[in-house]
Amino acid sequence: METLTEVTWLPVCKTTDIPADGGACVLVEGQQVAIFNFARRGEWYATQNLCPHKQQMALARGLLGSAGEACEPKVACPFHKRTFSLLTGECLNGDECAIQTYPIKVEGDDVYIGWL
Amino acid sequence: MAPQGKPTVVVIGNGMVGYKFCEKLLAKSTHFNLVVFGEEPRVAYDRVHLSEYFGGKTADDLLMAPHQWYLDNGITMHLGDAVQEIDRASQTVHARSGLVQPYDYLVLATGSSAFVPDIPGVEKAGVMVYRTIEDLEEIKAAAATARHGAVLGGGLLGLEAAKALLDLGVAETHVIEFAPRLMPRQIDAAGSAMLQSKLEALGLQIHLSKATSHIGGEGRIDALHFGDGSILEVDMLVISAGIRPRDELAKLAGLEVGMRGGIVVNDTMQTSDPHIFAIGECALHAGMIYGLVAPGYDMAEVVASQLTQGARAFTGFDMSSKLKLIGVDVASFGDPFIAEPHSRSIVFEDAHSGVYKRINLSPDGKQLLGGVLIGDADAYSMLLQTAVNKLALPPHPEDLILGARGSEGESSASVLNLPDEALVCSCEAVTKGAICAAVTELNVTSVEAMKKCNKAGTGCGGCVPLVKDLINGTLTAQGAYIKNVLCEHFDYSRQELFDLLKINNLRTYDAALDHYGRGDGCEVCKPAVGSILAGLWNDLIVKQNVIQDTNDRYLANIQKGGSYSVVPRIAGGEVSPEQLMVIGRVAQKYGLYTKITGGQRIDMFGAHVSDLPDIWEELINAGFESGHAYGKSLRTVKSCVGSTWCRYGLHDSVSLAIEIENRYKGIRSPHKLKSGVSGCVRECAEAQAKDFGIIATEKGWNLYVCGNGGSKPQHAQLLATDIDKETLVKYLDRFLMFYIKTADPLTRTAVWLNKMEGGLAYLKNVVINDSLGIAADLEAEMALLIQHYHCEWKEVVENPELRKQFTHFVNAPQVKDPTMEFAEMRGQKKVVAW
Ligand SMILES: Cc1cc2nc3c(=O)[nH]c(=O)nc-3n(C[C@H](O)[C@H](O)[C@H](O)COP(=O)(O)OP(=O)(O)OC[C@H]3O[C@@H](n4cnc5c(N)ncnc54)[C@H](O)[C@@H]3O)c2cc1C
Ligand code: SF4
Ligand code: SF4
Ligand code: FES
Repeated sequence: METLTEVTWLPVCKTTDIPADGGACVLVEGQQVAIFNFARRGEWYATQNLCPHKQQMALARGLLGSAGEACEPKVACPFHKRTFSLLTGECLNGDECAIQTYPIKVEGDDVYIGWL
Repeated sequence: MAPQGKPTVVVIGNGMVGYKFCEKLLAKSTHFNLVVFGEEPRVAYDRVHLSEYFGGKTADDLLMAPHQWYLDNGITMHLGDAVQEIDRASQTVHARSGLVQPYDYLVLATGSSAFVPDIPGVEKAGVMVYRTIEDLEEIKAAAATARHGAVLGGGLLGLEAAKALLDLGVAETHVIEFAPRLMPRQIDAAGSAMLQSKLEALGLQIHLSKATSHIGGEGRIDALHFGDGSILEVDMLVISAGIRPRDELAKLAGLEVGMRGGIVVNDTMQTSDPHIFAIGECALHAGMIYGLVAPGYDMAEVVASQLTQGARAFTGFDMSSKLKLIGVDVASFGDPFIAEPHSRSIVFEDAHSGVYKRINLSPDGKQLLGGVLIGDADAYSMLLQTAVNKLALPPHPEDLILGARGSEGESSASVLNLPDEALVCSCEAVTKGAICAAVTELNVTSVEAMKKCNKAGTGCGGCVPLVKDLINGTLTAQGAYIKNVLCEHFDYSRQELFDLLKINNLRTYDAALDHYGRGDGCEVCKPAVGSILAGLWNDLIVKQNVIQDTNDRYLANIQKGGSYSVVPRIAGGEVSPEQLMVIGRVAQKYGLYTKITGGQRIDMFGAHVSDLPDIWEELINAGFESGHAYGKSLRTVKSCVGSTWCRYGLHDSVSLAIEIENRYKGIRSPHKLKSGVSGCVRECAEAQAKDFGIIATEKGWNLYVCGNGGSKPQHAQLLATDIDKETLVKYLDRFLMFYIKTADPLTRTAVWLNKMEGGLAYLKNVVINDSLGIAADLEAEMALLIQHYHCEWKEVVENPELRKQFTHFVNAPQVKDPTMEFAEMRGQKKVVAW
């Protein structure tokens, strides 16, 4: 991923903390961030944990999946199944506002997110 | 004053037909000044579905159109104001309020009132009729304290009222009929007998050939006294002895009325005064009063047409009827009674399952003249159409009631054979042609959409199954292949995938996706496959937790605010004082809100995800198990206290409930399962509202299946009668496993059955007669699931790896979600909304 602004890479957890094809929540600078280990695709993603639909701290507990021909990676909120693109943060099945996504990288067994 | 040039049409009566007239007239022309007088305090409501008022519908739900509709259409409404006099000379009506309203045309839609026979004592408190919302309010209030209720009249309406009393909880409900059988005007003697035995099984007590001589009681009813000297103690009586057309206004105005009531009209619904029309239940046409909505709507159409230079006339109407809501299918159509030598009849009778069907054919066997259906009226719409449209009969007319044996799809094919003019929805006069055209031209593909498009099915609702068949038949004929697939990742239905995974011994979601799917899955197929795998192997659900819905992932129900709830199993609702104290102590320690659930157990709310394992550890150490409140699985088997304590109890319902709950606990299914066991027909456990319900009988147990509370309540249907416990368990194993294997994801048993071709009869055949030859397999598969039961929470509590997953922040396990806030209410905590 190409990042245009300067980011600070912060270590947030170990790879083993996040279940394969699932997510978990980490606390970064007082904020809740959802980390996803999309093992089936060999990809990692990070987004805000708050679901914009009913303001629930829940996205990390959501289900991962893909949508459409292009197999866009997405997460479905466990509360009412709003889905959000993991690439752009956009809501794919409703008109909720987009969620914040964060750059993420894995080095060894450490997971870092790019703090904006 | 009337706007210039617009003729004034005054409608007296804002009932179903009066409303329909307004709607129809407006659709044809707005060049009228419409004024409506209604005696009732509210605008027209759906009287046909009046009984649903007891089932939770509000008066507003039942309105034909909201009050605003009348305003939007420029109709002047005078509600709660009855017209008292018609002055034909000056063409004015005089209302009770003193208002004088001139008219150019007058439409009488005054309906009818309940006929109350002249029995001494009818004026006593506790004697009611069944006609308006106000009547129902009165009945509801009386039923709340009554123990013995009776309905006078065993006709269509009387039986509906009796069923309503039963549902309202009147412990003993009697039906008193003067004739020697029930529904004497609609069904034949053999049909009546079958109906009677089915109603008695529901708990109604039926008394035939009984003439009521007087109603006893000091000011308030306490008994019915009969001509034969017998006495029946009752605290309330609903009279349903027929209807009396409201022709009093017409009579006063000197219009011609019939000898036994009703305003005489000609084929254009004109009374003896050409400016005055009468429609609906108050009109007497060719010596007939029509006590049904469909003919009333047709009369409304005739008058709307006459006023707008149309030429429609009323030529009589078919009086076929299908009775709803009494828990037993009953229908009659065409001429149900005609017999030799004018016709020959084919009769099918199965006393065991309580089905009686009779069809009357013309002597040459070429035409269907009429018939009666009791216990199974699925074929009603099609038979009615066949009779009304004089369709050619199949070579073996008995197939009409037995179902075509052999080749499949015949029934839906025959729907398409109806002529285009065939009236499918007689209430709204929608033809088969119009329905099919809506499908092909307007792309209407569901019954709901059809209702919006042309109102088909919105009247009495009797034609809905036929409308559905027509939609599906037309789509199929168009080549639209309606395949039922899980989601974009799997081109298979749940049932197909179930079989594929089983045959190929696939045990993980990834394996399923690799073999039969594409892409990376989604929130639809992951839990669906999770449920299939659970239904096949009953492996520990947390082993594949990332494919489960969050409730299954954290083995707890997520609640508003993100906290979880904890529900230990309390089988059958039986709990000891010691266990209660454990729950109390745990809830206190972890600051949990406690509430008794609808399923007779205790729910503890407001747990932090990280506290869940500790909470469960304490509960498990005290002997509790997971209650699976989070899973699509068996929730509870509710029970009444049964014969051990209750003086009515026939058997020990609690012991059976505990046994059944423990047998099926933890088994995953397409949707949640609820059950109940009652110790007698009084049904305190509400077993008939459950996915499977059991009620004790003198001889054993009755098993009901596919009932449902929830947003669309549905009564469970009787699957087997008077069976012993071993048979009961055997049937349940088969039934549940068949459901687990064949239902679509997230489909409750009621919907599953509704969609099943052949319906209850088919299900009975599979479960009881083993018509598919799979009974032994089903039992073996169920045995495997039962054998693999484990308390999921016990596994988590004992496994540090699994336990670790119950944290909110993986990088700060000791920190709880700081956004979760609680406040106090009535001494307990509650979630603070954001
Ligand atoms: C419980 C129940 C179940 C039924 N089930 C079915 C069924 O399954 N299928 C079926 O086809 N039919 C059924 N019916 C019959 C159906 O409801 C009637 O046929 C239909 O309501 C008749 O409509 P209507 O407008 O002629 O009369 P109503 O609906 O009775 O309306 C007449 C209105 O006129 C008002 N009125 C009378 N006199 C005056 C006056 N002087 N001034 C002002 N207003 C006046 C009355 O208060 C009333 O509101 C059922 C009826 C009941 C009660
Ligand atoms: S259902 Fe149960 S509690 Fe109710 S009356 Fe019958 S035995 Fe008694
Ligand atoms: S009825 Fe509605 S609000 Fe009440 S518990 Fe069920 S889902 Fe929640
Ligand atoms: S809170 Fe996320 S979908 Fe409703």
